[in-house]
Amino acid sequence: MKPNQILNKKELAPSIKLFDIYAPDIAKKCLPGNFIIFRLHEYGERIPLTINDWDRQKGTIRIIVQEIGRATKELGNMNIGDVILNLMGPLGKSSEIDRFGKVVCIGGGVGTAVIYPIAKALKEKGNEIIGIIGAKTKELVILEDEMRKISSKCYITTDDGSYGKKGFVTDALNEIISSQKIDRVIAIGPIMMMKKISEITKLHSIPTIVSLNPIMIDGTGMCGGCRVRIGNQTKFACVDGPEFDAHKVDFDELLHRNNRFAEEEKDSCKLLNQGGKDE
Amino acid sequence: MNKRPVKERIKDFEEVALGFSKEEAIAEAKRCLQCKKPLCINGCPVQINIPKFIKEIAESKFSDAIKTLKETNSLPGICGRVCPQESQCEMFCILGKKGKPIDIGTLERFASDWEIQSQKSKVKSQKLETQKPIKMAVVGSGPAGLTCAGELAKMGYEVTIFESLHKPGGVLRYGIPEFRMPRDVLDREIQYVKDLGVQIRCDVLIGRTYTVDELFEQGYKAIFIGSGAGYPQFLNIEGENANGVYSANEFLTRANLMKAHDKNYHTPIKIGKRVGVIGGGNVAMDAARVALRLGAEEVYLIYRRTEKEMPAREEEKENAKEEGIQFKILTQPIKIKTDVQGWVKELECLQMELGEPDESGRRRPVPIEGSNFSIPLDTIVIAIGQTPNPLIPSYTPNLKTEKKGTIVIDENGATSIEGVFAGGDIVTGAATVIEAMGAGRKAAKAMDEYVRNKVKR
Ligand SMILES: Cc1cc2nc3c(=O)[nH]c(=O)nc-3n(C[C@H](O)[C@H](O)[C@H](O)COP(=O)(O)OP(=O)(O)OC[C@H]3O[C@@H](n4cnc5c(N)ncnc54)[C@H](O)[C@@H]3O)c2cc1C
Ligand code: SF4
Ligand code: FES
Repeated sequence: MKPNQILNKKELAPSIKLFDIYAPDIAKKCLPGNFIIFRLHEYGERIPLTINDWDRQKGTIRIIVQEIGRATKELGNMNIGDVILNLMGPLGKSSEIDRFGKVVCIGGGVGTAVIYPIAKALKEKGNEIIGIIGAKTKELVILEDEMRKISSKCYITTDDGSYGKKGFVTDALNEIISSQKIDRVIAIGPIMMMKKISEITKLHSIPTIVSLNPIMIDGTGMCGGCRVRIGNQTKFACVDGPEFDAHKVDFDELLHRNNRFAEEEKDSCKLLNQGGKDE
Repeated sequence: MNKRPVKERIKDFEEVALGFSKEEAIAEAKRCLQCKKPLCINGCPVQINIPKFIKEIAESKFSDAIKTLKETNSLPGICGRVCPQESQCEMFCILGKKGKPIDIGTLERFASDWEIQSQKSKVKSQKLETQKPIKMAVVGSGPAGLTCAGELAKMGYEVTIFESLHKPGGVLRYGIPEFRMPRDVLDREIQYVKDLGVQIRCDVLIGRTYTVDELFEQGYKAIFIGSGAGYPQFLNIEGENANGVYSANEFLTRANLMKAHDKNYHTPIKIGKRVGVIGGGNVAMDAARVALRLGAEEVYLIYRRTEKEMPAREEEKENAKEEGIQFKILTQPIKIKTDVQGWVKELECLQMELGEPDESGRRRPVPIEGSNFSIPLDTIVIAIGQTPNPLIPSYTPNLKTEKKGTIVIDENGATSIEGVFAGGDIVTGAATVIEAMGAGRKAAKAMDEYVRNKVKR
């Protein structure tokens, strides 16, 4: 086994792929909420990806990637046995794992891959987890079994109604909130989704955490490209985040900033954990 | 010194300065008076034996010259190009009192380039046989780390450099553009350090991938931290997060490390017709000249004091002006205005005038009331300075730092943690390549002493 070698690959949904990568140093230390940055070849971009799961014994980390741009497609085309040229991590602050009580964990699109390790850790800590998985359509629903296993109840919504309930994760959240007291909400997905959820939970004063996906380069606090506005402060998502208090996040600014390179036909190196199109 | 014509050079990223031909180098070297008490050496932070290497050039003994340089400076090709010679060696040159000082930097560069070109007579760098391999760790592969590692390897230690980016070199790789520091020069100098037996491990972020304690657990006997001052400063004015506003680090990293200017590379960089670079140091000059080469039609350098106070190297100021960068001095940005999509539209500024001198002795710029005016811009690059990256201190309890985030060291480069040394920009704040190298060298000596005294049984 070589460092950065792909040991397992699985297609979870069209254009959503799972990889287990041999990266013992990262596997040894990573915690829920951490991410890595990869680069595939001399010409490639540096792209951040959240660590979805890990096996400290085997020395592997699991990443789930949606093929959106050039680099993620190139990664999607790699196979078992291939070696990823550059892989660095674990990066970012880890999630706050504490006893909160009843926690609603919402994953939109590939955001489900990001929320899963957090939800799992929260469950192990003794919280009750209510899961919500949102996707455009049935075949894009991922990690359903995993989420069901740790949730007391798991809602699924699809935009077209092909699976679960027709509608959005916000509908499911409203339904949950109307019938019980919720102690915390964690939402990870497209920026618009996180914004909408934040608006709802703010009304109900429920502490809410989101994980942000600005464009990144180094992931170490060196370039400031990943800056986000939190309250009236500028923060670097790669080192100060990526998780922040949803009620303080300037989502509109992030929406704008993530369009910075939309015209260039190149892959923007966003933290690709969110699925769904923000563009 | 010879330079490529402006018209030609602003279209590409090839080196601007051409250096000396053999004849020119010998002629310049022959001007040296070979002073009994050479003052120039005092101006060099690593105390190169300047008259000796110049004499060797004058006598066409180029391989001796490079040997002399490398006794104290393992990266002469870099220093010859980027040192602020006018405030160091050349400032002290006695010839400068009446006329032109010896062009020491270009001679240094000549010797190094000669070595690269004449493979045959290349000064052999060899892996040194270690009797008892003792492991030493170096964090960061900028000039401080490379120098420290090189020196330790020469002493016979088994040295590993840990670098967080995917390529070594630090600012020399991601910050200083190719037209000032060709990458083959950098690669050669890094190869030299590798040839000394130094291992470079990229993609390792110390603090996260391994902590300082874990490095000790892995058997490293002493650790040098040379992680630089790579944390970008912002102005804290309205609109600073607008689309089209880059920190100089982001802008230069995209252009240099990620080679966004080259169509074959995938990382994007976006630049408008009118670019404003805020700042007056080397970083600002580099950003402005990169913007020009990326196709900007107008590039402004916006600085709140006057040209005299700009900390950039003289040569870079001159190059920038020659290339058509417009200096807007005594100008203080106060607000960035945007369009509805969040893109930069214009920069609102205040006109300044020079008032009383401040603590630094420079006359303090004070705003002229009601002098507000706006510069229409598409792209803004903020190059007002970098502070030390707080990552290592924040993941290393007991590592003492100053308020500004610099690591505290004693006169030997030792930090508050036993066996941990530091040097370069992480200690001084953003400074110079040669000072970082000097610090790396000094720390290597102290680490050797430390290991001899405390660890060797
Ligand atoms: C654009 C620009 C132009 C400049 N021009 C000049 C010039 O003309 N002349 C001059 O003398 N000086 C110049 N300088 C300043 C000079 O480059 C610096 O003073 C010098 O590079 C400092 O060296 P260093 O080794 O301390 O740090 P750096 O060169 O910053 O290197 C630090 C390295 O450590 C790595 N690192 C950081 N944290 C970690 C970590 N936790 N784990 C692992 N690795 C880590 C970084 O990625 C980096 O590679 C310029 C600087 C810039 C930005
Ligand atoms: S290293 Fe810098 S200061 Fe020293 S001789 Fe060379 S150019 Fe001058
Ligand atoms: S990605 Fe460069 S500072 Fe966060």
